[in-house]
Amino acid sequence: MSEATDTGPMLAADGRPLKQSLKRALRAQKLRALMLIAPLLLFVLITFIAPIADMLFRSVENQIVSQTLPRTAQALEDWDSTGGDMPPDDILAAFTYDLVAAAERKDHTRLGTRLNYEMTGISSLFRKTGRRVDDFGEIYRDQFVDLDPAWEKGETWVTLLGDPEWIDEYAAWKAAGGDNEAGAPLFRLKDGIAQVLPETSDAYAQFARIAQVENNDDPSGEEPWAPVYLALYRDLAQGGGIDVASLGLAESALVETTAKEVTRFEAVPLRSLYTDVEDDWADPEVWKTVKTFLPEYTPGYFLSAVDLQKTPDGISAKPENQQLYILLFERTLFMSLVIMGSCVLLGYPIAYLLSNLPMRTSNVLLILVLLPFWTSLLVRTSAWKVLLQQQGVINDVLVWAGIVADDARLVMINNQFGTIVAMTHILLPFMILPLYSVMKTIPPSYVRAAKSLGASNWTAFWRVYFPQSVPGIGAGCILVFILAIGYYITPELVGGTTGTFISNRIAYHISSSLNWGLAAALGTILLAVVLILYWLYDRLVGIDNVSLG
Amino acid sequence: MMKRLLSATALVALPAGTLFAQDLPPCENCADSLTVVSWGGAYQNSQIKAYAEPYAAVTGVTFTWDESSGEAVAKLRAQNEAGNLTWDLVDVTAADSMRLCDEGLAMEVEHDEMLAAAPDGTPASDDFGEMIVSDCFIPQIVYSYTFGYRNDVEAWNGNTPDDICDVFDLEAFPGKRSLERRPHNNMEWALLCDGVAIDDVYDALETPEGQDRALAKLDTIKDQTIWWTAGADTPQLLADGEVAFGSTYNGRLFSVIVEQNQPVSMMWDTQSFDIDGWIVPAGLAEDKLNRVMHFLHFATDTQRLADQAKYISYGPARDSSQPLVSTHAELGIEMGPHMPTNPENSKNAFVQNFEWWADYRDDLDAKFQAWLAQ
Repeated sequence: MSEATDTGPMLAADGRPLKQSLKRALRAQKLRALMLIAPLLLFVLITFIAPIADMLFRSVENQIVSQTLPRTAQALEDWDSTGGDMPPDDILAAFTYDLVAAAERKDHTRLGTRLNYEMTGISSLFRKTGRRVDDFGEIYRDQFVDLDPAWEKGETWVTLLGDPEWIDEYAAWKAAGGDNEAGAPLFRLKDGIAQVLPETSDAYAQFARIAQVENNDDPSGEEPWAPVYLALYRDLAQGGGIDVASLGLAESALVETTAKEVTRFEAVPLRSLYTDVEDDWADPEVWKTVKTFLPEYTPGYFLSAVDLQKTPDGISAKPENQQLYILLFERTLFMSLVIMGSCVLLGYPIAYLLSNLPMRTSNVLLILVLLPFWTSLLVRTSAWKVLLQQQGVINDVLVWAGIVADDARLVMINNQFGTIVAMTHILLPFMILPLYSVMKTIPPSYVRAAKSLGASNWTAFWRVYFPQSVPGIGAGCILVFILAIGYYITPELVGGTTGTFISNRIAYHISSSLNWGLAAALGTILLAVVLILYWLYDRLVGIDNVSLG
Repeated sequence: MMKRLLSATALVALPAGTLFAQDLPPCENCADSLTVVSWGGAYQNSQIKAYAEPYAAVTGVTFTWDESSGEAVAKLRAQNEAGNLTWDLVDVTAADSMRLCDEGLAMEVEHDEMLAAAPDGTPASDDFGEMIVSDCFIPQIVYSYTFGYRNDVEAWNGNTPDDICDVFDLEAFPGKRSLERRPHNNMEWALLCDGVAIDDVYDALETPEGQDRALAKLDTIKDQTIWWTAGADTPQLLADGEVAFGSTYNGRLFSVIVEQNQPVSMMWDTQSFDIDGWIVPAGLAEDKLNRVMHFLHFATDTQRLADQAKYISYGPARDSSQPLVSTHAELGIEMGPHMPTNPENSKNAFVQNFEWWADYRDDLDAKFQAWLAQ
């Protein structure tokens, strides 16, 4: 046996190399440990990490524009936005097909709200136009129908454009009872028709599918909406390009005769249809905004969150009278630091007292510390209102004592002072408790030893006791600072206009303005700031130097 | 917070002869419970008394109340994204109803088909008239933002404010003010008092110059103003004597003045009307939807809207309900003079332009908050 170990690797009892078998045993242990924490891990992942990640993702997500306006997105790509003009009719036609579908699915107002964050007025522009866009092209519809009433019938359109296989499938599905739960086969275009009548087939296919899905209608029984006639007019008016004969159907005669007549149709420029609804469509800024925010991901929210804006000409600072967030971030950091500092100043002596008094007295004191901790946050904040307001208890006492004149009562609330006082009070236990638990572990004999070696009271405290309590200060500071930076109820109630935090704006954008993208961007920045500060703290003080007891 | 209101047997105190089962049309394939969202407090209570209790008494439906209307838009959006709709009927402001409609979160309503006509046969859409601010909105009450003031301020030498511009007059009426911490109404009032005609206010507010002008006017009282966010703030501040003047909902002032007898008076000049009403969330199950529509048909009829005014000083949104407004259910006083819609009070009222605000709220709010934070 000794020979074997001298030459080869050390072997375990079963003859495998010891290293391998050790690894195996460890892996099994690790796996078991992982299995044991798996429920907690899953819980944290599902209820904490995933929602936060989802929320943070919204800060860059911008799919709504290109999803709602796919044709416009394509058409606008080559549009030269530098000219001071409304886009040409080709782009407007694409936009019309998109908008009529969006209006039917009620997506256009949602898109309007999104774009309104970037340019004021777009919201109502989309809302108003959405109500009327299904009439755009009405003038062509009337002329087509005057020419041949067949154009009014859904059947004409279905046989002209629909895939014969689909027509059969659909008929079979209808014959089987037309059960919508089973799902009707969705409209399909005839092979090759997209080359002959590109816009018409696209616009009609969209109409047919929406009619089926949204309204459970049979396309062959429905007259298409007006923009489909607009598309037909645009296709036929192209002239020569239409190879009608290739349709090879009974309908080709209809298309052929119509195509001949189309040149004589009364036409109306699309842009005038839009400007009739609302003059603002003529403003190229509207179209530039749409073009700027076409990409699926946008830095727009992050830029807004640091008082910048994305314009068609690049990134620029917001007008001065709209700059808010940098100021609020600075204020949040500054006030959180002040609150943390006051907590240290107030909490340290209390914790020292708690850990050095005899058990019975210190227990009573501890309850006094914990009692406010158990009281509702709102009650404590409201109590500060009663104390600090101008007609409040403190001012009344001061006036009664003659220290302050009745007409010069101190303003102690609805400003930064009020927020700092109330939040220091609320967060104080988070400082005292870690300090107390660390101080409890410092043996009193150390200070006694220092004194017996000739140190003064101050030196003994400062050179011997204080350094040992630093981990408690570190833990308390991190707790208080991180809690303070995200607080919003208390600043909302007592902060007035100068004592509010960035979290108040985040709450506003989540629950009131519904600009979740901006709220997510602000939240991401706040999270990043906290992580950077934590990292700095680790570099400067060392995270091992933090103890909760 | 949820309050459960169990029906039928608990309701012995129902005024005799108000309603019998045969007055209601039958409800087929209807759920037997409803989750209704409102604002809590006296307002929700008035809805319970005027609509829910009589309805529950004859139908046996169980109502669950949720006091989340303040965050209704955000929560409905979250419910919609999670695909888990837990609300059946939501009470929201006119502006919120527009946003919910825009977002596709509220159902569009055919007012004439779904709601009761007035007793004289006027269709619902005419009876509600201009109160129907969006296709999804079923109006209920008219309330207003208006000012209350302390009537015991010595420095005023016995003068009482009767003009909106007295709010901006620190010389004649010194003292702190409380205004809402958002641009709505404040910007309009400031422009009106800076000499802009009432019809030109929104045109002026569209321009940067007009916005600056409004903020400049507000600057004159900025350091004398406490900015409120909750409707209960101003009544509290007035009662404590913290402010001399304060804007809030007229119903809150009614309870400070009439129910609590504080030395506070009402200034109706240039009150700003707002409307509150129901929306039905989009995507309800069929039996829930049937129940909601059955309840709404009842709860928004002429008599029921007039009944609500017995419990709170908000005006019914139907024209036909106005003559039926009677006395307060407990105090016994005439409610007419306390209604924002009372002709005497509404001489000089203006109506917020909701559609305008839908466009400009993001822009103006950014400017307003930046101005406040400076």
